[in-house]
Amino acid sequence: MLEIKNLHAKVEGEDIEILKGVNLKVNAGEIHAIMGPNGSGKSTLSKVVSGHPEYEVTEGEILFNGEDITELDADERAHLGLFLAFQYPVEVPGITNKTLLREAYNTIARANDREELDPLEFEDYITEKLDVIEMKDEFLSRSINTGFSGGEKKKNEIFQMAVLNPVLSFLDETDSGLDIDALKVVSDGVNKIANDENAIVMITHYQRLLNYIKPDYVHVMMAGKLIKSGGFELAEELEANGYDALEKELVLNGEAQ
Amino acid sequence: MSEELSDGVKELESMIGEEYKYGFTTDVEYEDFPKGISEEIVRELSRVKEEPEWMTEFRVKAYHAWKEMEEPTWFNATYKKPDFENLLYYSAPKKKPQLDSMDDVDPNIRETYEKLGIPLEEQKMLSGVAVDAVFDSVSIFTSFKEKLAEAGVIFCSMSEAIKEHPELVKKYLASVVPVRDNFYSALNSAVFSDGSFCYIPKNTKCPMELSTYFRINNMESGQFERTLIVAEEGASVSYLEGCTAPMYDENQLHAAVVELVALDDADIKYSTIQNWYSGDENGKGGIYNFVTKRGICKGKNSHISWTQLETGSAVTLKYPSVILKGDNSVGEFYSVAVTTKRQQADTGTKMIHLGKNTKSTIISKGISAGQSNNSYRGEVKISKNATGSKNYSVCDSMLIGQECGAHTFPYISSENPSSSVEHEATTSRVGEEQIFYLMQRGISEQDAISMIINGFVKDVLKELPLEFAVEANKLLDVKLEGSVG
Ligand SMILES: Nc1ncnc2c1ncn2[C@@H]1O[C@H](COP(=O)(O)OP(=O)(O)OP(=O)(O)O)[C@@H](O)[C@H]1O
Ligand SMILES: [Mg+2]
Repeated sequence: MLEIKNLHAKVEGEDIEILKGVNLKVNAGEIHAIMGPNGSGKSTLSKVVSGHPEYEVTEGEILFNGEDITELDADERAHLGLFLAFQYPVEVPGITNKTLLREAYNTIARANDREELDPLEFEDYITEKLDVIEMKDEFLSRSINTGFSGGEKKKNEIFQMAVLNPVLSFLDETDSGLDIDALKVVSDGVNKIANDENAIVMITHYQRLLNYIKPDYVHVMMAGKLIKSGGFELAEELEANGYDALEKELVLNGEAQ
Repeated sequence: MSEELSDGVKELESMIGEEYKYGFTTDVEYEDFPKGISEEIVRELSRVKEEPEWMTEFRVKAYHAWKEMEEPTWFNATYKKPDFENLLYYSAPKKKPQLDSMDDVDPNIRETYEKLGIPLEEQKMLSGVAVDAVFDSVSIFTSFKEKLAEAGVIFCSMSEAIKEHPELVKKYLASVVPVRDNFYSALNSAVFSDGSFCYIPKNTKCPMELSTYFRINNMESGQFERTLIVAEEGASVSYLEGCTAPMYDENQLHAAVVELVALDDADIKYSTIQNWYSGDENGKGGIYNFVTKRGICKGKNSHISWTQLETGSAVTLKYPSVILKGDNSVGEFYSVAVTTKRQQADTGTKMIHLGKNTKSTIISKGISAGQSNNSYRGEVKISKNATGSKNYSVCDSMLIGQECGAHTFPYISSENPSSSVEHEATTSRVGEEQIFYLMQRGISEQDAISMIINGFVKDVLKELPLEFAVEANKLLDVKLEGSVG
């Protein structure tokens, strides 16, 4: 589904290279986790894949279902089924969540020659989706993220994911900021959304999330590269020993620069 | 986004490349005066207009008052001062239109109105809008007069009111904006050419929205309209004003005066969409819009609300105000001011609380793009006797790009401790992050920008009458098209 090959990216117009040769392959039905120290480039990877104009791909490719998407605008990538749950969801005052979601849903449907939903049908559809993560319906008529608490913003991202039903989702630190109960509810929601035809890449600092949403693969990102991949046990190892130990081990093995 | 909005966006696409939609001129012959101003010119103007003696004297007195006044400089804008000796103070289309039927209106002028999309033609008349159209200086045609007359509403040009309803004009003209109020109100009082007059009798709800379209066509003419609206006890009216002008390299002056009088329990709602030509990227040309608008809530429980969408003009100085004299009266000001390119706007309001339990609300939204400068200037004054009065002000600015400016100048004074004044102000920037967020959800860049702007101004545009609100959304989209990114 997603194949990232030797991806290098820098800040547009500047000489700051952030991604320094990322390789990642994600198949339908898989759940991946990316962990790594602050500033290692995890969010940047998710933004570059979803087409943020602030970054420029200097080398490598991003293939989505075989198509190179590096030249596509963010909205065109969204039409293909890419979704990003933001680490810092953005406030847009004056436009309600529902208005955004209906416009987004129908725009994506149009781009894929699928049937659009009229306001009444959409009302039913969206109300059903509220249950996925036990979202109160008052959030539908509130302005996008405006005045939401940190945790509510994160929850709202997963609600949007449930409504738009993407093919591939990047969840950037969705767990940070959620209380213990909310984490459980949101994780259950993600598990309900996950199926054989879609895929999820979670970025997180904490193994706790992975106890709720079992990843098939865990990757470690350092200094702009995915330097080690493994199964769930890799997350446990990191939790126990930290990134320093991993880095030393890699140096000993001559794998790191 | 609503269907309405996405329709607006589709329309926008078809308009791309169309810089200033209303920038055409109309070929009609003009009956002009010599340029410049003097007592003779003022008298001659009054004579041509066949005005009564008292009106001539009013003008002459105003002219002498103006001569002694200084052009103001306290606002946040710099521009080349108008050359008052080089202006035309009267300019009327030569073929004098008959008022009997639409067919008698000069076909070129009618075409102009059609291009403006104003509802002069039959079908649109049926949609229930009465229009008084002021073309340069003379009121061309007033529709729906008869239906209004049945309700006892007087809606006519100011010239006509001076002749037909002198007692009302004498009683209220300059009662809210005194001649000497400011430099431009004095000038206007001396040379105003026409405008609208509207009188709603006791306990009458005006049966339709009243509307005026102003258009400056002649290059060298200044436009000085005078509008007076009086709502008697228990009367109510909603009045719409739209403004456009063709593109010229030279600056044109527009110095109108609008006065509103609301007696006991009366309600006046005044809405404006101002889209005068704003000049080009380099700041060449465009209208100077120096307008004095003021209403008085004279009676108890009266209500005046100003709603404006200011998108045009090279320089705008405008502060629609309300004097809250009657107890329990309410004043409101809802404003969106948009500046792009090198436009300069210094706009806001004054709420003067005199009566007890008076309330005022100010919601001002400034959007600045390009190298423009957008200032909000608002004064809230609560006098000693205004016990239990309240003001609530919100003043938000949005910046698009790095080269524009937004400024807020609130002046608050309260002499009554039982009253409360609340002021909030924010400044934000339409950021790449907001646009990216919406695009990530599948929304196109243009729709994303349109959504962000519409969200920002929503609280104000919802105050506009519906048919104006749609036009307002489109105007905003066209105006800000290409400003981001
Ligand atoms: N626009 C930018 N300009 C300059 N530096 C940037 C820019 N965007 C990202 N960076 C830098 O790139 C590095 C990677 O940032 P990124 O946000 O991807 O880290 P992260 O792995 O998500 O960290 P965290 O775990 O703290 O969220 C950081 O050092 C960051 O400061
Ligand atoms: Mg991050």
